Amino acid sequence: MSLLSVRDLTVKFAMREQTVTALNGISFDLAKGERLGIVGESGAGKSITGFALMNLLSRPGFIDHGQIMFEGEDVVTMNDRQLRGMRGNRMAMIFQDPMVTLNPVLTIGQQMIETLMAHRKLSREEARQIAIVKLREVYIPSPEERLEQYPHELSGGMRQRIIIAIALLLDPQLIIADEPTTALDVTIQADIMELLLELCQSNQVGLILITHDLGVVSQMTERTLVMYAGRIIEAGRTREIINDPQHPYTQGLINALPQQTLPGQRLKQIPGNMPSLTNIPPGCPFNPRCEYATDLCRSRIPEISHYGEVEVACHEVQRLQSNDARREVKA
Amino acid sequence: MKDMATQPALLEIKGLEKRFDLDQGFLETVKFKGGRITREARSVHAVNNVSLDVGRGEALCVVGESGCGKSTVARLVAGLLTPSAGEIHYEGQRIDDLSRHDMLPLRKKIQMIFQNPYASLNPRMTILQALEEPVRHHNPKYSAAEVRDKVTEVMMSVGVDPTWIKRYPHEFSGGQRQRIAIARALTVDPEFIIADEPISALDVSIQAQVLNLMLEAKESRGLTYLFITHDLSVVEHFGTRVAVLYLGTVCEVAETATLFSNPKHPYTRALLSAVPQLKDDRPNHIRLKGEIPTPINLPQGCPFESRCAFANGRCKSEKPRAIHQPDGSMVACHALEEGRLDADAPGL
Repeated sequence: MSLLSVRDLTVKFAMREQTVTALNGISFDLAKGERLGIVGESGAGKSITGFALMNLLSRPGFIDHGQIMFEGEDVVTMNDRQLRGMRGNRMAMIFQDPMVTLNPVLTIGQQMIETLMAHRKLSREEARQIAIVKLREVYIPSPEERLEQYPHELSGGMRQRIIIAIALLLDPQLIIADEPTTALDVTIQADIMELLLELCQSNQVGLILITHDLGVVSQMTERTLVMYAGRIIEAGRTREIINDPQHPYTQGLINALPQQTLPGQRLKQIPGNMPSLTNIPPGCPFNPRCEYATDLCRSRIPEISHYGEVEVACHEVQRLQSNDARREVKA
Repeated sequence: MKDMATQPALLEIKGLEKRFDLDQGFLETVKFKGGRITREARSVHAVNNVSLDVGRGEALCVVGESGCGKSTVARLVAGLLTPSAGEIHYEGQRIDDLSRHDMLPLRKKIQMIFQNPYASLNPRMTILQALEEPVRHHNPKYSAAEVRDKVTEVMMSVGVDPTWIKRYPHEFSGGQRQRIAIARALTVDPEFIIADEPISALDVSIQAQVLNLMLEAKESRGLTYLFITHDLSVVEHFGTRVAVLYLGTVCEVAETATLFSNPKHPYTRALLSAVPQLKDDRPNHIRLKGEIPTPINLPQGCPFESRCAFANGRCKSEKPRAIHQPDGSMVACHALEEGRLDADAPGL
């Protein structure tokens, strides 16, 4: 049985004039201890997915329909008490900005110990000992002293380590990390990613990593979902998606990276912008930016379907592949 | 690099320093220490003895992590900040001590593009107003029709439809706004563009669009760039030369290809190894110990000493000078000078 099984998850936002669909029938599975990446550009719906999985959406956003089976229970139909028992305990979340996540007026110790005591029957001293062990696991030097400090006394990298320690405090089965290193420098990002990978592997914790950085996804995850305008447009093993992307958008995204072009040469850009949710074009949402778009693409939304090893939502994927094959023969 | 010697550099920075005072005013400087009242003024040493030159037609990239002083360098060159020490020369003329009036003709030649296109365009001005203002200001003799022609021409060249000219910034996407910010810099036909993280706030597919635009402008207008960024893959693509900054000090300056194929300074190596790669094989990420020291109390010796695997007593006590390497790069490192770095890379 998979740890997490999402079926037809649809999230809508009730705006004054109209109700917009931010997530459109998302389905995926996550096995125990598996690491999954969700990539896309701003507005693709990756963060909304993260929030919806924890049932953390607040008005005007709501889960319209769909199922989120987590350890055999449906998160969508849980009541508040059940949700409190699950959040932070069996499923934890790491956000982008560590300064916003930590409470600035409480010491690190208060935040960790209170979390522990709220979920487990522990004495204050027992909780303190667990907090120290967890801080040591994320390589925080002199953890006893850190417990007495306030978030502003620590550097960005240190704060993000503490966030990870807090996420792991109650030994969750799944961690959802939403752009966990985007606010950090590259050298610190590399440290944090290494740490997260090590902890997930050694504790068999599942990871959903939401990011815009294909390099990070490539090094951290086993499987990847590519999102565009609230839909999954490609899903499969990370290696295959990076090395041999099928959907024109995924191809464009990878080819647009500076390292894919010789220095000084024109980059291969995707024309246009991601459509806003209030103005999604009919048919395939990517069709106005796609060089392969046909009349079918402009009128009918492609279903995501298996294509070889990966799942792709594109009408023209077969034609694309035969084009590739022809190009290879010519070369 | 060789033709640089014959042709004088367009921009020359000599021993540039910038300190920001933390304790301002008399009362803040009064401290009670060890039973005595003393006066002590602390300051942030943002830029320390930075010397760089940029030749005509070059794109010099300044890279480093947050707090390394790269944006401060950009702002000093643009004249938005006054240096605490050192000199900035443009076409052989000293520009850091000019009055506002004398600076005016230079502002036409040197333009700046900022990171956040949401903050750098006035939300209450239409695009037309925002683009016309610099043209009028720098070319008082232009007629209204000439100004309008110039604006239309520049908008076309950055790929923004000139019929949208009456719209306000909020009606545009982030990528379009950054194009408009670039257009605004280009309306006065500058020679030198200072770009401070111009694509960091944009999505990957939009980054490519804006980077292409900047490359095109470089070729068609013969622009020279001072490009500030933290993104090394952009540097490799865009820069002709790279300067690596750490704690306000230049560690290494080299031609882009040289720096990426053969990084020498231990910090440069760590920085390059930390970039997440698309390739299958996990790179050997060089883990740095500790964290960046505070720029308030600068270390006496090499700024990187506390985190460097090759540091010794000399690194702790003596600041390394930038030394010319056989391949044309400049590196400030005692360990390299003494041959203590593991010589795995050729040319060391």
